[in-house]
Amino acid sequence: MNTTVVSRRAAVPDLVLTLGAFLLGLALLLAFLSVAGFDAAAGLAALWRGAFGSRYALLSATLVPAAPLLLLGLAFALAARAGALNIGMEGQFAMGAIGATWVGLAVGGWSPLLAIPAVLAAGLVAGAAWIVVPVVLRWRFGVTEVISTLLLNFVAEAAVSWAVTGPLQEASRSYPQSDPIAMSARLPRLLPPDRVHLGFVVALAIAAVLWVILARHRLGFVWRAVGASPRAATVTGRLPVERVAATVLLLSGALAGLGGAIEVSGVSAALYQNLSPGYGFTAIAVALLGRLHPAGIVVAAILFGALQAGAGAMQRDAGIPAVAVHVVQAVVILVMLLATRRRG
Amino acid sequence: MSARPPLLTLSHISHHFGAAPVLDDVSLAVRAGEVHALLGENGAGKTTLMRIATGAIAARDGSVAREAPVAMVHQHFTSIPAFTVAENLALAAGWPHGGPRGRDRAAELIARIGLPLDPTARVDGLSVQLRQRLEIAQALATSARVLLLDEPTAVLAPREVAELLSLVRRLAAEGAAIVLISHKLAEVLEVADTVTVLRAGRVTLHGPMAGQTAASLSEAMIGGAMPPREVTLPAPGGGEPRVRLGPPLVADAPLVLHSGDVVGIAAIEGNGQRDLLRAIAGHRALAGVEVEGTTGLVPEDRGLEGLIGGFTLTENLLLAEVRDGPAWLGWGALEERTATLLTRWDVRGGTPRSAARALSGGNQQKFILGRTLGQAPDVVVAEDPTRGLDVAATAEVHARLRTAAAEGACVVVHASDLDEVRSLATRLLVMHEGVVRELPRDTPRASVGDAMLGLPA
Repeated sequence: MNTTVVSRRAAVPDLVLTLGAFLLGLALLLAFLSVAGFDAAAGLAALWRGAFGSRYALLSATLVPAAPLLLLGLAFALAARAGALNIGMEGQFAMGAIGATWVGLAVGGWSPLLAIPAVLAAGLVAGAAWIVVPVVLRWRFGVTEVISTLLLNFVAEAAVSWAVTGPLQEASRSYPQSDPIAMSARLPRLLPPDRVHLGFVVALAIAAVLWVILARHRLGFVWRAVGASPRAATVTGRLPVERVAATVLLLSGALAGLGGAIEVSGVSAALYQNLSPGYGFTAIAVALLGRLHPAGIVVAAILFGALQAGAGAMQRDAGIPAVAVHVVQAVVILVMLLATRRRG
Repeated sequence: MSARPPLLTLSHISHHFGAAPVLDDVSLAVRAGEVHALLGENGAGKTTLMRIATGAIAARDGSVAREAPVAMVHQHFTSIPAFTVAENLALAAGWPHGGPRGRDRAAELIARIGLPLDPTARVDGLSVQLRQRLEIAQALATSARVLLLDEPTAVLAPREVAELLSLVRRLAAEGAAIVLISHKLAEVLEVADTVTVLRAGRVTLHGPMAGQTAASLSEAMIGGAMPPREVTLPAPGGGEPRVRLGPPLVADAPLVLHSGDVVGIAAIEGNGQRDLLRAIAGHRALAGVEVEGTTGLVPEDRGLEGLIGGFTLTENLLLAEVRDGPAWLGWGALEERTATLLTRWDVRGGTPRSAARALSGGNQQKFILGRTLGQAPDVVVAEDPTRGLDVAATAEVHARLRTAAAEGACVVVHASDLDEVRSLATRLLVMHEGVVRELPRDTPRASVGDAMLGLPA
């Protein structure tokens, strides 16, 4: 997107811009709260307490949503670096969750060493499968993936509703949710009793791998070249631009699906409607705030995880609606788009 | 004629971008009925001066007096292909477009300036020559009486050039004031009344055209003799066969291009030369083209196709070889190779870590040439390799291409400037409506021009 993003020399993302955008968002949130008649100072204090104020806040609140946000942020950045925009992560997340639940219900007798990889693989496959249609539409007919991936989000939402009232509904058939998945299919907690789970480590490992690929591997360079200039990549690089775009979109879908799988396997243990509180969209802000760089996305995912965690505390302790934190998200997206806009 | 008052007067104009001075105390006046040639190398300040004349930018110092509306005709077409001639004219002039009224006004204007344009024709069906006439008509539609023509002959065949120059004379005779920017000295000597030459932002020559020669103008432009560019080439057709052009590309016997040849392709825009060049470079298939050996391409659009502007020069070197390169990238070695390339090819203004867009056009082109020729391809295809380069950089590019041929490459060059093709090539191919034929290298210029238009030789 921006030159400093595509350039290898920007190996460390511009932290000043990243933090500045976040703090500006926070400042506007406080201004908004003051104008609306809330006690902004109390709100900020509650936000901090809920996010970082205690061991519990960090390890059982902030880092729990940070894991799917990190995976989805990486999913978005991976495609965006190669010039493809996956706006359908919410849907791929949901399909990953369905796949993980379906496998998770069936692996009761297995060892966790087999059951957990099977559940995560189901998420990867389901997420990638959910983006196959947009990939084919783009490749064969030139349909922009921005629209097709976005629209499939609604289909995925309907698919979850159908699954939890149909084939995956719990045994008593009274609630729109699945039975809990097998114990062997659940991701272990890292520091019990805190809720942060192995999925966070998986996400960090993927960020590290992606960083190395983007900086050192042929593939990462090809992705960046295709994203920076499809024409030059075609003519000078003689690279198959459309095939690269298809590849990164499939990988992006797979990562988003993995996000759904770790949420089921590490947190919810069952499939529900509205399992994701908009992770698929928040993750776009995460990726932009991290300037599409894996290290930046790790920082951004933790910040947004904190926001998510703190929002609950803010509502509880200061009576401020949790949705107010969406102001921060919106400001971050706008500031980062302004900062990374193409220059003449 | 010189008694008439000037329509456009630029007095003591100075301008700078950042710390770099672009224009230094430049004065210029154009009178009604006059054709005024403005000459200079790239970067001499011609374009900046013209932008100041139209008011697109304000000069830091000096004054501009416009006695009549001023319009600029750019090298790049500004008409909208999907619109008709009348619609484009209406758009340019601010008339209500569409409907019979707009058509009538367009027809009236076209008749007044004597152009063979059909107001109802869609622009994408027009030839390059007619699209250029439309650009001039658009400028006149704004009731401009001062026309600034930026290299208007660059895209035209010789016969079309003559027609354009006579149109320019006619417009001047009808009372327009015309500034003609060109680097083709023969043309300006033929058509202009007065001349101003800029070098590095200063006026080095100003006065009537009478008495000037190509040598005196060239001297004023570059301030010295041209650098030598002699490279001894093997006799044409002596090397190994590399490219074979058969039917349906040729009407009769197949043409075989050999290593050691510098093959110039002369063609007017839109006659299929682009597809031919890309096919020879192995980027697409085209019936009749067979190539043996490895190929390298110097693409027409440096900024869009040859380089990624935001990538470093090292990354741009890698771009050309990553497809068949190793899985893990050795940045240290790549950076060293880039540094070597920059030294060997005298690329200035950047380091291996500079962004490609930081280089000037000439240095970008030297980098691309160095990258392509460094792979020692058997066939080198260069599309308009000196477009936008000044005289010194052009001479250097020519010398490099000839050296590559002398070292055994088959070099295929297309340039929009026929004189350039003729001076560079050892073999001359002309392409018209998708058909290629070879002409003897010493064919007179006018006959080559006729062949480009498809006229019998």
